[in-house]
Amino acid sequence: MILVLIDHDRGEIDPLSLRALTAARKLSHEVEAVAIGSEGASLAGIVGEYGATALHVATHSSIIDYTPMASGRALKDLVEKLKPAAVLAAGSPRGNEQLAHLSAFLDIPMAAECSEITLGSPHHVLRARWAGNLIESAFVHSDLLVATILGFSIEAQTTGGEPATVVSFEPSLHPADTVVRILSRDSGESKGGVTLNDAKVIVSGGRGVGGAEGFGKLEELAELLGGTVGCSRVVTSSGWRPHAEQVGQTGTKVAPDLYIAAGISGAMQHIAGMKNSKTIVVINTDPEAPILRYADYAIIGDLHQIIPALTSAIRQAKG
Amino acid sequence: MDVLVCLKRVPLAGGTLILTPDSRDIETKHLGFGISPHEENAVEAGVQLVEQMNGTLTLLTLGPSDAEEQLRSQLAIGATRAVLIETDGQEWDPQGTAAALVEAINADETNFDLIIFGAESADSAGYQIHIRVAHALNRPIITNVKSMKVENGVVSCERVVANGREHYEAPLPAIVTVRDGLNIPRYPSVPGRMQARKKFVDLKKADPRTPKLEKVTLALAPSKDKGAEILGKGTEAVPALVEVLKQIGAF
Repeated sequence: MILVLIDHDRGEIDPLSLRALTAARKLSHEVEAVAIGSEGASLAGIVGEYGATALHVATHSSIIDYTPMASGRALKDLVEKLKPAAVLAAGSPRGNEQLAHLSAFLDIPMAAECSEITLGSPHHVLRARWAGNLIESAFVHSDLLVATILGFSIEAQTTGGEPATVVSFEPSLHPADTVVRILSRDSGESKGGVTLNDAKVIVSGGRGVGGAEGFGKLEELAELLGGTVGCSRVVTSSGWRPHAEQVGQTGTKVAPDLYIAAGISGAMQHIAGMKNSKTIVVINTDPEAPILRYADYAIIGDLHQIIPALTSAIRQAKG
Repeated sequence: MDVLVCLKRVPLAGGTLILTPDSRDIETKHLGFGISPHEENAVEAGVQLVEQMNGTLTLLTLGPSDAEEQLRSQLAIGATRAVLIETDGQEWDPQGTAAALVEAINADETNFDLIIFGAESADSAGYQIHIRVAHALNRPIITNVKSMKVENGVVSCERVVANGREHYEAPLPAIVTVRDGLNIPRYPSVPGRMQARKKFVDLKKADPRTPKLEKVTLALAPSKDKGAEILGKGTEAVPALVEVLKQIGAF
């Protein structure tokens, strides 16, 4: 049996968890799910539809919201009872964190961000490294495989199954397990505008923009296209733009319909954050810039001339 | 306030990676080395805490003897001293690395109030060493932190998620992992660099363990080389781009 951790935010499922269920189905027809916190019980329908026959729900008066070490303890209790062949979760910050707690409790290895898994003795995985630019082939030496699934390596597939049977259990928490938990939340820096996460168009600038003032041109174009401005790491570390606008491995990963990269050469950490965009347009003075390999269209030239010309041409075309 | 920051020496790869002939590592012959991006923020956070609250900032790394170069450059930012657990240059798996870090932390004469890691290493990104260290030292851990303050023996942190910010707290001694954006790392000053040469780097040897997560080979991820269509040079190419944007429905 394969056990899949279904991550949820106060009862709202993380869709990446469904991909982990599909990855589990490829390994075995016996797939069960586990959710931490009583609100997880509401997910029985959807996890059943994606192939889990049972949904174990860890319920405890001290688990009110996300409490990662308690998740690890609950998973440990469940693993010791059910003895699955593997425990999988989404390769998300939370998925990685909760399974790392499980592995630390059991003192067994964990393979993060896997795109392929073969159960055996030892187990074998392919896992992403260097922001997905390298694939590592590795053996995992342990009876139980603990692994997370690389986000976009697999599509979630429904099996049309019946709702999973809910089985509640109370984990044997220690006081230390619940010290770190979400104490409060706020809805962030929303200025009412389009954010990187939901923008259909992103006009992104890099070192080539030359300074904070150069971004005015990019803002104008972004606004005209109903999008927002992004930037590369050098821009935020130079203090030209706020970090919230940084696209890349250490900023926000985006996948808009249109990504315009102006004056960005394309460090792999930046590429990792935008390569899934539908259409990528590059404006760069350097015809050898690495980012061109990921682009659909490119103009070779100075963004300081091309962007304003583009803005006024679009205005004209719009009439 | 005594702070420890854990670092990792990694190659500074630009846009393209090349593998060694045995496909086990990145070819680093023509590459410089640095530390992982989030770790620059970890060091800056440590320097700021010690500036505000007095105390010491220690750096700890596990790596080849050449990693002293990364320790010295971060000592120049304002750390007090450093510890290098020297390996034979082979990569260690997360469990082995965590165990060696724990041993060095337990053996150190300083009882660290706060241990800071970067959220993920640039190269292996295993998402677990910090958590294993927290379990072994029996300390609370808060991960992926974008803002942090220490007051009255409590570290108070925020984590940025898709729909806002989450607030966490932990009593010291504690462990946090930080993300880029926490602060703007400073550059070393010239006097800083001079002083760093004289600062103490404690060398320790460690014997490798048999890895439980055993790297076999590396491969380059299939390149999605789209072979960009070059629309032209300069502003003359703008009408062609407008046409493309119209076709894909951008306006």
